[in-house]
Amino acid sequence: MDYPTLKVIWWVLVGVLLIGFAIMDGHDMGVGTLLPFVGRNDVERRVVINTVGPHWDGNQVWFITGGGAIFAAWPLVYATAFSGFYWAMLAVLWALFFRPVGFDYRSKIANAAWRSTWDWGLFIGGAVPPLIFGVAFGNLLQGVPFAFDDNLVSTYSGSFWQLLNPFALLAGVVSSAMITFHGGVYLAHRTEGVIQERAMSSARWSGLIMLASFTLAGIWLASGIDGYRISSVVDPAAMANPLGKTVVRQAGAWLDNYRHWPLTLLVPALAYLATLITLTVLKARRTGLAFILSALALTGVIGTAGVSMFPFIMPSSTSLASSLTVWDAVSSQKTLFIMLVATLIFVPIIIAYTSWCYRVMAGKVTVAFIEKNEHSAY
Amino acid sequence: MTDSLVDLSRLQFAVTALYHFLFVPLTLGMVWILVVMESVYVMTGKQVYQDMTRFWGKLFGINFALGVTTGITMEFQFGTNWAYYSHYVGDIFGAPLAIEGLMAFFLESTFIGLFFFGWDRLSRPKHLMVTLLMALGTNLSALWILIANGWMQNPVGAEFNPTTMRMELVDFGALLFNPDAQAKFVHTVSAGYVTASTFVLAISSWYMLKGKDVEFAKRSFRVASAFGLASALSVIVLGDESGYTVGEAQQTKLAAMEAMWDTEPAPASFNLIAAPNEKAEKNDWAVKIPYVMGLIGTRSTTTLIPGIHQIKEKNRQRILSGIEAVRALEQVRHDPADQEARRVLEAHKADLGFGLLLKSYVRNFDQVTPELLQKAVDSTIPRVFPMFWGFRIMVALGFLILMLFVASFVSTLQGRCENKRWLLKWALLMLPAPWLACEFGWFVAEYGRQPWTIYGVLPTHLSVSTLTPGNLMGSLAGFVGFYTILLVVEMVLMVKFARQGPGSLATGRYDNELAHAH
Repeated sequence: MDYPTLKVIWWVLVGVLLIGFAIMDGHDMGVGTLLPFVGRNDVERRVVINTVGPHWDGNQVWFITGGGAIFAAWPLVYATAFSGFYWAMLAVLWALFFRPVGFDYRSKIANAAWRSTWDWGLFIGGAVPPLIFGVAFGNLLQGVPFAFDDNLVSTYSGSFWQLLNPFALLAGVVSSAMITFHGGVYLAHRTEGVIQERAMSSARWSGLIMLASFTLAGIWLASGIDGYRISSVVDPAAMANPLGKTVVRQAGAWLDNYRHWPLTLLVPALAYLATLITLTVLKARRTGLAFILSALALTGVIGTAGVSMFPFIMPSSTSLASSLTVWDAVSSQKTLFIMLVATLIFVPIIIAYTSWCYRVMAGKVTVAFIEKNEHSAY
Repeated sequence: MTDSLVDLSRLQFAVTALYHFLFVPLTLGMVWILVVMESVYVMTGKQVYQDMTRFWGKLFGINFALGVTTGITMEFQFGTNWAYYSHYVGDIFGAPLAIEGLMAFFLESTFIGLFFFGWDRLSRPKHLMVTLLMALGTNLSALWILIANGWMQNPVGAEFNPTTMRMELVDFGALLFNPDAQAKFVHTVSAGYVTASTFVLAISSWYMLKGKDVEFAKRSFRVASAFGLASALSVIVLGDESGYTVGEAQQTKLAAMEAMWDTEPAPASFNLIAAPNEKAEKNDWAVKIPYVMGLIGTRSTTTLIPGIHQIKEKNRQRILSGIEAVRALEQVRHDPADQEARRVLEAHKADLGFGLLLKSYVRNFDQVTPELLQKAVDSTIPRVFPMFWGFRIMVALGFLILMLFVASFVSTLQGRCENKRWLLKWALLMLPAPWLACEFGWFVAEYGRQPWTIYGVLPTHLSVSTLTPGNLMGSLAGFVGFYTILLVVEMVLMVKFARQGPGSLATGRYDNELAHAH
């Protein structure tokens, strides 16, 4: 398989893994975010936690594998983003610390303060990572202050606080609302009674907030934020060298792809359409269908960010030529090919056994279930 | 890169890796002990074996949670703190990490949920299959991470590309079947099995000493002593030694940990104990056993094992050749069409890393003095004292553990282990031993690789991210703080459930049912 094709395939595959992460780990992070609000006493909270109890660990691997795939396919992106966003990444990491111990340790001691501490830990572990990822995407869309020297040593010249600019915070709202929406829909599917009612109402509200903030961000992006464009001739088959091109920053450049390939407009359209249909079928209590639709909705939202930026992955605001793109931030042809084979073999297998596990554990988690499994449930 | 940034980055990696490694070995072994116990349950239908699986599974789960928590740190850290490393070798190193996620992490993490929650929803054979897949997943993850680590020690199947300014994969098969990775995998998982066996053996002994749940404890003791004996033999016999003659990194490590200052006529003698004197570069005194080193290290009577002085002399030549490589590389980066520079680079490429190592001491090669060169040459050997004693402590603990398992296995065959109080006390006392041995083993393997992150290719000094020492002090403080709290919490739960014993399952069949309600 030729190098340019492999480069594009890997852009798609990283997208697939990130969307897989948002769908799978996203719903249990959404559940974590909603935990303190839809579960008002210990048993209710245990119901909420046990809807994802058997699955959160497997779901989290979408995140770990996404990171690993970026390391393997786009090593420069992995190196530059993780070291540049140092404190943001550590905040994600430390927030994630609360999840394994929160899930596993919380119900092992029957003490109100102990349990409430871990409930808030699960909230942090669910709410903080999506917020920071949204903020990170907001910064990618504006360009990040980093530069390579001749040996490709990257230096980041911004600060943590600079990441928290108004547009990035708006992107953080989009991301948080999206994950809460998705988690709310999942929770509605797996619970009943008063918890289900609360989950449905949270899903409605967060779905609407997501659409509103997504629209606002889109308008802002189209009118007020400069995009990036490669201004030299691109040789997609060339060896990966980010310093071998020139880049310009221009208003409206993030709309280039929609102009050249109008069909790509279907991606943001999917975000709107799927969200609106989700809210409709949720009203009819078709919760299983609603979950599939909300997964499509967040595919549309994340896809929109990706399509707007293509072929850029991480533009540099301070050294335009250092910008990382699909063409020059990638691994060698051999590594991309081997990783493609590994992905094509394992992802279908993973989806198959994950589905089986969800089928085994299918059905509503109820208060009666928790009371019966006092000692073994989370 | 300032020295303090490099030192702090290394310290943070060491702290987080050693901490992660407190939980990994127990996980690697416990999964198989659970498979054995549950298999007996499925075959015999005896309830006590299901209770054993569930109770030891509960302790396994408490440990597993922290293994997961601290494992994510390791993956993040290559990017956050070792950015140049990630760029320079990501083309090779990233692949096994990603495949580890796809092949192993998904498997273990998906099925661990069903292991805990699937008892009432799955038939007995199906649940056993779930446990088995979980065990397979954890052990496969060790395989892939050790393929990645093996490549750091013995970087095969890759070549430097001056256009992309990084190492690139040329032979995936060589990466997979790196003999160094194979030896490490067998050694590390066996060490994990020993750790888990000791854990079950010690806690079961404690129940017998207390006279509680004796039948449950006796059966657990039996499983642990059989599995532990086999594993302890494997860890020692199939130990790391077989990998030590492969590649120069391991030869350097071997010379340092054996305090072999000079090449001896084959087969070399073994320094049982010695007083290494680093200043004078000799041993002040040593207790030697003739022939043993040569036989263990090379599995032959004629192969020479190079000593530290001989390795240093060779490295001096490689640094001189590396200077040419770095100079040629700079010309090629400046003018990619310079064919003469490309030819020189090609000729000296294998020593490029040694040129980069000298860069840690002097930026401009025109200013190289004999003293600076000597400093760089000396830095190619890790310090002998910690290597020599770290290795010996590990081995001594290994033999003590082996003796424990021999005694335990014999007495469990005789069926009287509950009466041998000296044995039970000994087993309890040995509880920390495998953890200590694992940590010392990690230290010898990774400290022994210094001054490189990738042996001979990329010096540690150049591998770090461009951060400030202040960043590192902040993050290191955060890790130490979080990890201390997590360790306390974990120990509280572990001790609580280990003390309560199988009564914590609330089945009505064991002692201590009422001691704790949950």
